[in-house]
Amino acid sequence: MSKIAEGLLYSESHEWVKVDGNVAIIGVSDFAQSEMGDITYVEMPDVDDEVTAGDDFGALESVKTSSELIAPVSGKVIARNDELEDKPEMINEDAYEAWIIKVEMSDKAELDALLNAAAYAEIAK
Amino acid sequence: MKYYDKLIFELSKPGRIGYSLPDSVCRASEAVAPAGACRPRQGRGGTASEAQRWGPKDVSEGQAAVSSTIWREAPLDLPEVSEVDVVRHYTNLSQMNFGVDTGFYPLGSCTMKYNPKINEEIANMPAFTGLHPLQPESTTKGALEIYVGMDKALAAITGMKHFTFLPCAGAHGELTGLMLMREYHMSRGDTARTKVIVPDSAHGTNPASAAVCGLDIVVVKSKENGLVDVDALKALLGPDIAGIMMTNPNTLGLFERDIKEIARLVHDCGGLLYYDGANMNPLLGMVRPGDMGFDIMHLNLHKTFSTPHGGGGPGAGPVGVSDKVLPFLHIPRVSGFHGNFGIILRAYAYILMLGRENVKMAGKLATLGANYIKESLKGCYKLPIPTVCKHEFVFDGLLEDNGVTTLDVAKRLLDYGFHAPTIYFPLLFHQAIMIEPTETESLETLDAFIDVMRKIAVEAKTDPEMLHGAPHNTPIGRPDETTAARQPVLKYD
Amino acid sequence: MGAFSYFPQTEEDIRIMLERIGVGSLDDLYADVPADFIYKGEYDLPSAMSEQQVRDFFESLAAKNTRLKVFVGQGAYDHYVPSVIPYITSRSEFLTAYTPYQCEISQGTLRYIFEWQTMICRLTGLDVTNASMYDGPTAAAEAMRMCVASTKKRNSVIVSARLLPNVIDTIRTYAKYAGINVVVTDKVAEEVAEGVLDLAGVIVPSINRFGIIESHLGLAELVHNAGALLVEYCDPSALAVVKTPAEWGADIAVGDGQSLGIPLCFGGPYVGFMACTEALMRKLPGRIVGQTTDASGKRCYVLTLQAREQHIRREKATSNICSNESLMALWCTVYLSLMGPEGMRKLNALCYEGAHYLHDALLATGKFERVFDGEFLKEFCLKPLCDVQKLQQALLDAGFFAALQTEDGYVTFCVTEKHPREELDRIVEIVKSVK
Repeated sequence: MSKIAEGLLYSESHEWVKVDGNVAIIGVSDFAQSEMGDITYVEMPDVDDEVTAGDDFGALESVKTSSELIAPVSGKVIARNDELEDKPEMINEDAYEAWIIKVEMSDKAELDALLNAAAYAEIAK
Repeated sequence: MKYYDKLIFELSKPGRIGYSLPDSVCRASEAVAPAGACRPRQGRGGTASEAQRWGPKDVSEGQAAVSSTIWREAPLDLPEVSEVDVVRHYTNLSQMNFGVDTGFYPLGSCTMKYNPKINEEIANMPAFTGLHPLQPESTTKGALEIYVGMDKALAAITGMKHFTFLPCAGAHGELTGLMLMREYHMSRGDTARTKVIVPDSAHGTNPASAAVCGLDIVVVKSKENGLVDVDALKALLGPDIAGIMMTNPNTLGLFERDIKEIARLVHDCGGLLYYDGANMNPLLGMVRPGDMGFDIMHLNLHKTFSTPHGGGGPGAGPVGVSDKVLPFLHIPRVSGFHGNFGIILRAYAYILMLGRENVKMAGKLATLGANYIKESLKGCYKLPIPTVCKHEFVFDGLLEDNGVTTLDVAKRLLDYGFHAPTIYFPLLFHQAIMIEPTETESLETLDAFIDVMRKIAVEAKTDPEMLHGAPHNTPIGRPDETTAARQPVLKYD
Repeated sequence: MGAFSYFPQTEEDIRIMLERIGVGSLDDLYADVPADFIYKGEYDLPSAMSEQQVRDFFESLAAKNTRLKVFVGQGAYDHYVPSVIPYITSRSEFLTAYTPYQCEISQGTLRYIFEWQTMICRLTGLDVTNASMYDGPTAAAEAMRMCVASTKKRNSVIVSARLLPNVIDTIRTYAKYAGINVVVTDKVAEEVAEGVLDLAGVIVPSINRFGIIESHLGLAELVHNAGALLVEYCDPSALAVVKTPAEWGADIAVGDGQSLGIPLCFGGPYVGFMACTEALMRKLPGRIVGQTTDASGKRCYVLTLQAREQHIRREKATSNICSNESLMALWCTVYLSLMGPEGMRKLNALCYEGAHYLHDALLATGKFERVFDGEFLKEFCLKPLCDVQKLQQALLDAGFFAALQTEDGYVTFCVTEKHPREELDRIVEIVKSVK
């Protein structure tokens, strides 16, 4: 059973969103990290890059697979977790602590399309 | 196989040499001769940190100022090893390696057939290896005839009209073929065709080649029986489709029997059909891609045509076309000279040894072996698609796995002196084991493989822990690939 | 069916296998193929030959080739091949091995690739090398793609017109279909300085197609200030004595390992190489071997960073390359192990002396005019003042391949450590004799 953190919103592609005013803090769920196995690299956008909801903004790599990261909301990247460059395993250790990017949202209404913890629990089985 | 843990750099000692060169005999005028470079080392004890700078010394002021910035100043740190130690080192390395000459490779999609030694003899003839690619044609008539002869032979075998021999590998051939597809459409002013359809069972090089060629991929799903879903295909066809890339038999080893209709549909919508020749082996002597309606195809000489794999190349991926695409064949310039001539030579020798009589049998015998293994092992491995296969087929892991994965099975096979089959491909089956025996394996070899696979199935029930830790009888055990990827060490320091 | 030495199946074997499968004949295995696709005719191929007949066949083709004393380079160099190398590369454990995906039984292949990677890094001065590319020209094309992939929203690459023509053609080919804007120019620095392009990369030769060793003083700074990457195309043999891409400040180095003792072989197989700075490591195409340990702590080698490659990343892969030129990388690795730093320096000195000797002697005949002032190593161009066709024919009749005409109307020569002085003198004699 993978962990699901309360108070977060989730996408069907297993990203989580923590809303902080107009900023969306984005990471991947515990289910995603356990599916990936040992994460060896996190491909992330740069600060000031634009991301679009539904498009990929990077990828998680393991030894034998890679998995696209899909943006749950649109906006501008205002921060990225540079610690993940050297220690991608932080996501395996605690998927909800290890945020990947912070996005200044261009359309908060996009959050309505995301799932709450209970609804996400249904897919993350 | 014995574990040998040296790297050539660790055998290096200053002052040792492994080279043999003549002494300088033609000094140019003193003014431009590089001072000191030809002098033999003054005794032992010189170190790599000695004067490394090399360049003309006795030159006029002006020249020296410019020259001094074009010569290497960094130390040249290459191994200093005597000839005998170089030979021992690489011989010992080779003894940690498994090749087709060592044992059986049931690798699906790779066609690891026997590499005939007559091919090597021919490819090493000085009359061929000594030719410069830009020599006047009057001096390379024999080499050029080889290209003509191969072109004819491959056309006869595949039903295509002519081939280009520039591509150096299968993926390179795919890229070239897609370039030709685009040339065809561009010549008709049809710039809307930006997409290529690829089945979900396709090899990774297909979408990767499309991306390198500036095309987008559209995936068509397979049905439960493993074949392309023709209805799903219909929904994808339109004026933005450049064509479809397929291999037939597909990566599950199944013949796409709807190919006639697929060809008609794609042609009707204005697209072209590309044949990925990686799975050509079972068609040798039986079916020709040109006859099935394919417009462009590549062949892997290092698969179907017996040239050695070399640990990952060199290969060759000649691309053949139908009349429709022929006008464009020589447009894409995808490699430096005339392709991998040495590989083409080897394949030609192979084709001549086979002759038309044995070409007729090769495909059938390959298919025979694959089906024999499939039937023999379906009692202990999951067979998702039970129909008659061609040269290869896929198991989806053990029937009773007891937590033992396909990876464990593959690693355990190494203990028994076999190379593993292809694993975790195609992606359609999560515990995929793809087996392709080729026509050069005897019944005894196949039986030995079958026995071991059965043994492993039993071991899965009685001793799964042992399998999780396999291999046990090889020079090394399973490597820590995670650290290798997280903290890459990619050269010796 | 007659027996054949590559098909071990006897009639009895076939019967046993058909029975296990449950079909009556081999043709039954193709029952799912539409009948009109089954090829029923005779293949238009010769009848099977015996080994001796194959030998005879190729002997007669060989007789139609003329082996010449090769005094031309232009991307394929006639260097001395140490006798040890083919004995190593023809060992069947190397020759008939598959790609080292099952690393536990492929440590031989993986180790030599690791050594190759190390040696190319040392020659070029850069940080990371991959397991090989098809050849120099395609490596240059992939470097162009790497520049575009590594710089955001930039799609133009400046390419020096002084690269070899086949390198430029291959780059142009890859660029055409990828929609990359390639500007081929003689004035690279000026083009960069103009600053009008969305510049992703610049590709220049270390030694250009006229044989001249180029100076790239200040170029890296210019290119980096423009936000682009610098790629240098080099001859790895010459890097033993010529300023390295790293010393020039280049980000990527590419070229062909053919000059590291690989036989001319009418153009292939050769081997491309690609090296880059640490920062660009994850954008490198192709396979890469890394060092690690197994569970018992043994040092071992494995294909790593595979998530960049086509079999995992598919259309988002750094490249489509799968099989490369592994065995030729072994060839070069053994070569460099034998030659060592002394051998490489001595070899280049011999080339330098021989080339300058011939150059000066040819000028002295009065039949050529000097074209370039720059320093050269083994290859040089001269402007002919005589009938080139006659000259080439006279040389050919005497068994020499030399004085190849370039697209600019010059003639090009190349002298390596293989060429004794007598041959150089003979060439000069022939030149003098041409009316």
